[in-house]
Amino acid sequence: MQIKPILAALRRHKAGTVLIVLQIALTLAIVCNALFIIQQRLAHLSEPTGIDEANLFVLSNQWAGEPMSKAQIDAQIRADVAALRQLPSVLDAAPSNAYPLRGGGWDTFIGLTPEQVQPTSDAAVYLGDEHLLDALGVKLIAGRNFRADEVGSVGLRENVIPPVVIVTRELAHRLYPDGSALGKPLYAMSATPSTIIGIVERLQTQSVDAWQQAYAYQAMLWPLRGAWSSGLYYIVRARPGQRDAAMREAPKALYAQNRQRIFDAGDGGSFAQIRARAYERDRGMAILMGVISAVLLAITAAGIVGLTSFWVGQRRKQIGVRRALGARQRDILGYFLTENLLITGGGVLLGLLLAVGMNLWLVVRFSMQPISPAYLGIGVLLLLLLGQGAVLAPALKAARVPPVEATRSV
Amino acid sequence: MFGYYLDLALRSLKRNKALTALMVLALALGIGATITTLTTLRVLAGDPLPGRSARLFYPQLDHGPREGYVPGQSEPDMTMAYPDAMNLVHARRATRQAAMALAQAKIVPQRANEHPYFTNGVMTTADFFALFGVPFKYGGGWTADDDERRAPLAVIAEDLNDKLFDGADSVGRTVRINDRDFRVVGVLKHWAPQPRFYTQGLGGRSYGDGDAVFLPLQSARAARMGPQDLECYSNLTDINHIETEPCEWLGVWVELDDAAAVASYKAFLDGYARQQVALGRLQRPSTALRDMMAWLRHVQVVPDDVRMQTYLAFGFLLICVVNTVGLLLAKCLRRSREIGVRRALGATRRAIFGQFMVEAAIVGLAGGVLGLLLAELGLWGVRHQPAEYASLARLDLGMFALTFAVAFVSSLLAGLLPAWRASLVAPAPQLKAA
Repeated sequence: MQIKPILAALRRHKAGTVLIVLQIALTLAIVCNALFIIQQRLAHLSEPTGIDEANLFVLSNQWAGEPMSKAQIDAQIRADVAALRQLPSVLDAAPSNAYPLRGGGWDTFIGLTPEQVQPTSDAAVYLGDEHLLDALGVKLIAGRNFRADEVGSVGLRENVIPPVVIVTRELAHRLYPDGSALGKPLYAMSATPSTIIGIVERLQTQSVDAWQQAYAYQAMLWPLRGAWSSGLYYIVRARPGQRDAAMREAPKALYAQNRQRIFDAGDGGSFAQIRARAYERDRGMAILMGVISAVLLAITAAGIVGLTSFWVGQRRKQIGVRRALGARQRDILGYFLTENLLITGGGVLLGLLLAVGMNLWLVVRFSMQPISPAYLGIGVLLLLLLGQGAVLAPALKAARVPPVEATRSV
Repeated sequence: MFGYYLDLALRSLKRNKALTALMVLALALGIGATITTLTTLRVLAGDPLPGRSARLFYPQLDHGPREGYVPGQSEPDMTMAYPDAMNLVHARRATRQAAMALAQAKIVPQRANEHPYFTNGVMTTADFFALFGVPFKYGGGWTADDDERRAPLAVIAEDLNDKLFDGADSVGRTVRINDRDFRVVGVLKHWAPQPRFYTQGLGGRSYGDGDAVFLPLQSARAARMGPQDLECYSNLTDINHIETEPCEWLGVWVELDDAAAVASYKAFLDGYARQQVALGRLQRPSTALRDMMAWLRHVQVVPDDVRMQTYLAFGFLLICVVNTVGLLLAKCLRRSREIGVRRALGATRRAIFGQFMVEAAIVGLAGGVLGLLLAELGLWGVRHQPAEYASLARLDLGMFALTFAVAFVSSLLAGLLPAWRASLVAPAPQLKAA
């Protein structure tokens, strides 16, 4: 295919060519970055929590009625979890102050010596008893679980530092990179040491905010029941396949223990609900980006169809002359496809610059990740295909122009 | 002449229905997206207290350790420890000043069959209401004296008053909060500034409903109410007495009337920090004194996603405009012969230009109307989002006008190049070709 005559023809349509090149470039820049944002959000919302999500649910329990003392609340919690564990559909249950993906919660600085000023790390705190590990379904990879006699209770705004803790593998590694964490102490903003007695494979923190990404798996378990007047969470793990039954039975069992309580329907729920709630915004952003990309591509395709149709209409006579001089239908088709390839190619080159520039700006302004070249490649391919697809209909129409057109004057 | 152009434009648009529809739809989508995101952004980045915000300032101190301190570069803390907040409030160096923290307040209704529940409360000092110009329906705030006496007084919001007292004047009546009796001294008129500027840094929501109860700081603390957000920068010994522990949990706002007052307050704040460093209470002398809007920008109250969406919408609109320019251009160049005839029959360049601009304006107007509908649809979508600002996203008169301004400007920009090119068409070659 001869490129020169195509370029010569385009030179006669400078404004139109420049505009379509610009449109393709801008579309590429936005679509590449949008696809990248979609990928980032989807990757974020599919991060594992490390717990047995399929069978878990969380009850947000608030105490109503007359105020109870710390000892009364603690006794009630013990009775409650005992009742939950009695249910045939329940595998295990534990009290806690939080659950993964809750969206914020208690975290504390940790040091390796009592005098340390700059903390070594930050870690989320999960309170619970010796059943918490099994209730969450996290995997213990070293050391041991809490013993029943190690579990205490803590009242509201009491500062109790437990002598033993279980940490996640990530936290163990952050504190003792040489892998010797088991049996070593940590200091949670206190002069009292807590000894690491167990390490679990993975447990996500309560927050999924982007700025907390660096701490996403830095969590620890404390053997304490939160006997707080405000309330607590019951983390319940159902037997496989019996979650819905357990979710119906658990509140009844707890009401049978004591009617003076409120279950907050907006907090907790099945883990599928919790996950959906935690990532609602990320999913929304991904969907929005997807819709915008699709609409942009559609508009650009329609623009190419429109502009090429005009050009075909304008050049009917010239096409007729070429046909009369021996050009085959496929030559005409090839001409328009090549022309479009040149235009889209130009647009794509400019668009790559814009896309990288836009990404740099997003990195600086919104602390996003630098775009991976794969997304630029996908974007380029998408637009080249889109251009060829869009030009096909007008080009076929051009190819069908009969040679006799050359002899018509109007 | 305008009527004639209008007729010509409509004929031309009718000739290519699919193309016209494409141009209008693309423009409408661009305008709809832009107006939706701009409306949301404008609500979120708005001035919570118009007319007052320029006089309100947020002093900050730095409780960080000496290690890692770089003079002039370290950003002070978001909140203050109790002694510092109280010292600033008692110093009375500003026209008005108040310290505040957020707390969950357990309300115990005094009627049968009503369960206790938690609601949002603010623990603060006497000047809070005058400082922020909070409107009262009944009664008023408490005095600095009441603060010192730890008087169990409460100011409640209108909707809590409706709930507890059926909207009657409840001044002098008792409300049970955290199992203590508080006497109501005032009932607010609806007060919910957006963004909720005074909750920034204190662990509160940034948008949404106002708070329900306002209590004197010391009496709320006596009722064992704790702050929503507590940051301790050193080891604790007794978490029940956060007043004397190394913990930050209070925000302070001051009212300063003019630039001189701001300068002298900043000097006072710097002096205070240096004095505390000399006493060994603070390790770093850095301070900040931002006005309200600067503070809201600093804490980045507007979610990044919303800003990103706004920029994206403008990019979208730009592409739609470029698309329309291309199509209009192709369209009018195809009509070169018609233009040549009109020119030969005496139409001036200006007349041709006008004719094509009218055509572009019609596309713009149609795009604007459709864009407005799409924007309403978009805002309806925003209102059904899980975000806390969702209910605020509404189109007002200003944005309504802006929609048409955007539509008009973008369509005229889109029409400019094609109309100019059309007006340059020389009559002779076109007629010869025919």
